[in-house]
Amino acid sequence: MKAESTDRENNNDFNLTTSQVKLKINGNCLQLNVLPWVSLLDAIRDHCNLTGTKKGCDHGQCGACTVICDGNRILSCLTLAVMKNKSEITTIEGIADGDELHPLQKAFIKHDAFQCGYCTPGQICSAIAMLKEGKANTREEIKEQMSGNLCRCGANTNIIDAIIEIKNKGNYE
Amino acid sequence: MNNFSYQKVSETADALDQISKCNLTQIIAGGTNIIDLWKYNLIQPKLLIDINGIEKFKRIQQTEDGGLFLGALATNSDTAYHMEVEKNYPLLSRAILAGASAQIRNSATNGGNILQRTRCYYFYDAASPCNKRKPGSGCPAKNGLNRMHAIVGTSEDCIAVFPSDMCVALAALEAVVHVVSSVGKREIKFSAFHRLPGNTPEIDNNLQPNEIITGISLPPEGFAENYSYLKLRDRNSYAFALVSVATGMKLENGLIQKIRIVLGGIAHKPWRVPEAEDFLIGKNPTAVNFASAAELILKDAKGFGDNDFKIELSKRAIVRNCIMAIHPETLRPGAQPSL
Repeated sequence: MKAESTDRENNNDFNLTTSQVKLKINGNCLQLNVLPWVSLLDAIRDHCNLTGTKKGCDHGQCGACTVICDGNRILSCLTLAVMKNKSEITTIEGIADGDELHPLQKAFIKHDAFQCGYCTPGQICSAIAMLKEGKANTREEIKEQMSGNLCRCGANTNIIDAIIEIKNKGNYE
Repeated sequence: MNNFSYQKVSETADALDQISKCNLTQIIAGGTNIIDLWKYNLIQPKLLIDINGIEKFKRIQQTEDGGLFLGALATNSDTAYHMEVEKNYPLLSRAILAGASAQIRNSATNGGNILQRTRCYYFYDAASPCNKRKPGSGCPAKNGLNRMHAIVGTSEDCIAVFPSDMCVALAALEAVVHVVSSVGKREIKFSAFHRLPGNTPEIDNNLQPNEIITGISLPPEGFAENYSYLKLRDRNSYAFALVSVATGMKLENGLIQKIRIVLGGIAHKPWRVPEAEDFLIGKNPTAVNFASAAELILKDAKGFGDNDFKIELSKRAIVRNCIMAIHPETLRPGAQPSL
């Protein structure tokens, strides 16, 4: 990283000072010093050491980096940490209640809704926000609303089953 | 990827001041396209101006003439699910929800949507020649992989398509783009906003470098009774259109009183042929009549090999979507075919 920075400094006359960014992540207030081009995803993983949020494609194509930001599910790879100053963020680490798994996490286990598990944190964050949005009622609508989260293992059918179970139970707060 | 500086502004004047100083200054709103382009090293901004602090651009409100004004910074989600949009402009709501994913729609803004760049593979590959990215370097798409490329309005220099779904509906609704610069305000008809590539494919639209978009206004007519958006693509959801069609229609005594048909995914801009719409006025809304209109819309279409299929696909999509518009209650999530 350092060699790369030196190379960049030679080419550009940038102000390499960091910006102070305040984030409330999973209920904890954190103050970070980040360079302007650090994505929210990299800030969460590398500056906050919350590595549950995954970097899949880093281009907004897979949904693995989905987090809930001020109530909305967003792709943390396609936003900059500096743009989210003073935001409230929930990552997969903030979903369970202590050692008690969130009902959707339990449903994922029950329905075998993953194989490798890499997309799972994004799937769960996305699904929890989707259920709160309240726009999807039928199986077809849920599939459509969850299409931004790819599962390369092909566990999608079981993922949708797990989400539908929680939706029907109504316990997704 | 290059390094850049970052500045957040809360006043329009500050944003205009910054973009007038340096052509490597880039406005950022949702960031879902800009950050991706930067990561692929397709743009090299020196300074990013974050305009998300300009609160007035986030509003969606009714206009004096009974239409609706969509702020440039309202997100695609907030727009698609806005009560007035769902009620009076369901075609727009449907088109927005057929695009991208829920996560991207939560970040992406209306202004950013209409300014998004093409998804041509060669444009996105910095190692490849591309007249849009590097004028004069050539267009490998013409004789290359061009399954997703344009069949109408192409030029020798570029056969890229404009990828937005939202804009296909905005073109059908005859929206107006509102822009501001340091010298004043300007309104641009939607049909005049995006442009054909010609010999300057590097220019996507008629927004000037010193201007920023403040919002988009919709006229009162929203075609809320008879409308449909159909999107055909390589998978059922979360993919760019191979062909999409927006239809808004008004029927009177069973005959077509007014109709708009706009296609997406086949040109450098949303594709509308008024001659075909005029042909349908006063006629029965039948598959035969829609097929005749489709012939007029695609009369100058030209394939480049991989995308030859799009000509026939477009014609069938027009017929299918116009029939769907007669029964909007049958529309399915994700703008899939419903009949």
